[in-house]
Amino acid sequence: MAEIQQQADSGKGGKKRAKKMSTKIDMTPMVDLAFLLLTFFMLTTTFSKPTVMQLTMPVKPKANEEQTEIKASDAFTVLLGENNKIYYYDGLLSSDVKPELQASSYDANGIRKTLLQRRQANPKVVVLIKAADKSNYKNMVDILDEMNITDQKKYALVDISKADEDLIKTSGL
Amino acid sequence: MPKVKPHRTSPSLDMTPMVDLAFLLVTFFMLTTKFAPEEAVVVDTPSSTSEIRLPESHVITISVDKDKRVFFGMDDAKPKLDLLTRVGAKYGVSFTAAQAKTFSNLSSFGVPVQQLPDFLSRDNEQRKAIKQPGIPADSLNNQFIDWVVEAQAASRKEFGKPAFVAIKGDGNADVPTVKKVIKLLQDKNINRFNLITDLESKPVAGK
Repeated sequence: MAEIQQQADSGKGGKKRAKKMSTKIDMTPMVDLAFLLLTFFMLTTTFSKPTVMQLTMPVKPKANEEQTEIKASDAFTVLLGENNKIYYYDGLLSSDVKPELQASSYDANGIRKTLLQRRQANPKVVVLIKAADKSNYKNMVDILDEMNITDQKKYALVDISKADEDLIKTSGL
Repeated sequence: MPKVKPHRTSPSLDMTPMVDLAFLLVTFFMLTTKFAPEEAVVVDTPSSTSEIRLPESHVITISVDKDKRVFFGMDDAKPKLDLLTRVGAKYGVSFTAAQAKTFSNLSSFGVPVQQLPDFLSRDNEQRKAIKQPGIPADSLNNQFIDWVVEAQAASRKEFGKPAFVAIKGDGNADVPTVKKVIKLLQDKNINRFNLITDLESKPVAGK
């Protein structure tokens, strides 16, 4: 402790007295330990709660319920491929219309820019996210995150179709 | 004129209030800290910019690891006992009181219900050594959805509201498994999910 021990016995006088012990205890190790524990507990508490991303899926449609179709002009499809690849096309894929597939990337200048452009051009845009079976969960979280970042109003996780997979294959991207 | 002598203060410093405060804080943090429970499986979650924190209690955690295994975990101990008897009754598996106690302390598990009594009667070290196969979640033998449905029912009975469903997927987990889990839950009208992620700083959008 920051304490300078005063000499208790000056040594004068002939009588040998029992040496008076100082009542002060050196608290330094205890304080050290206290702060060590304090730091440890402070650090462990802050990092213990993980964050969550909320995902709301549509209620399962009833058998006789009419599903609303989205217009091809409002649709924007994002395809998640294997090896962290990402593709997109405008509109919907059907047997007679083959939209042009574009490759993109997960970084800031990739799909995010495109998503922002599409939303500015058409605020009613509906983003369809189709994850191929070979893509990984991280890709899915990343693209959902991009939806939050670019503040998309309407997006949905949709199953990938055979036609979409063929489109990736034939495009050679 | 006599020189003014500066007053010599003793270099001693009374540290008692500081020590008091330090110990007060230590006690506070010790009591409030909830240590991360030992997980049955290592899951490396991907990161996202979402800043919503996981609720403190009433959480059902569904972990999906990179080997397509599905694990189930629940944090409340009391409805867990109820859950165990319910699921056990459904599959004709009975548990002893000691096994039920072990179960309520288990953070998550990934064994089929038939193997559960044996799994629970082992001690901690042995349990760690076992490679858990994951909870069956295919259409033939779908124990996973029973666990979730019964857990929701037990939680509703205990607290009056269903538990949060959190999906904890590994970054390398494959999409079909995660989608299958989501689809199974949707079939049971559970449409709100929380995907557990790590925090990453939010980039500035629109530039």
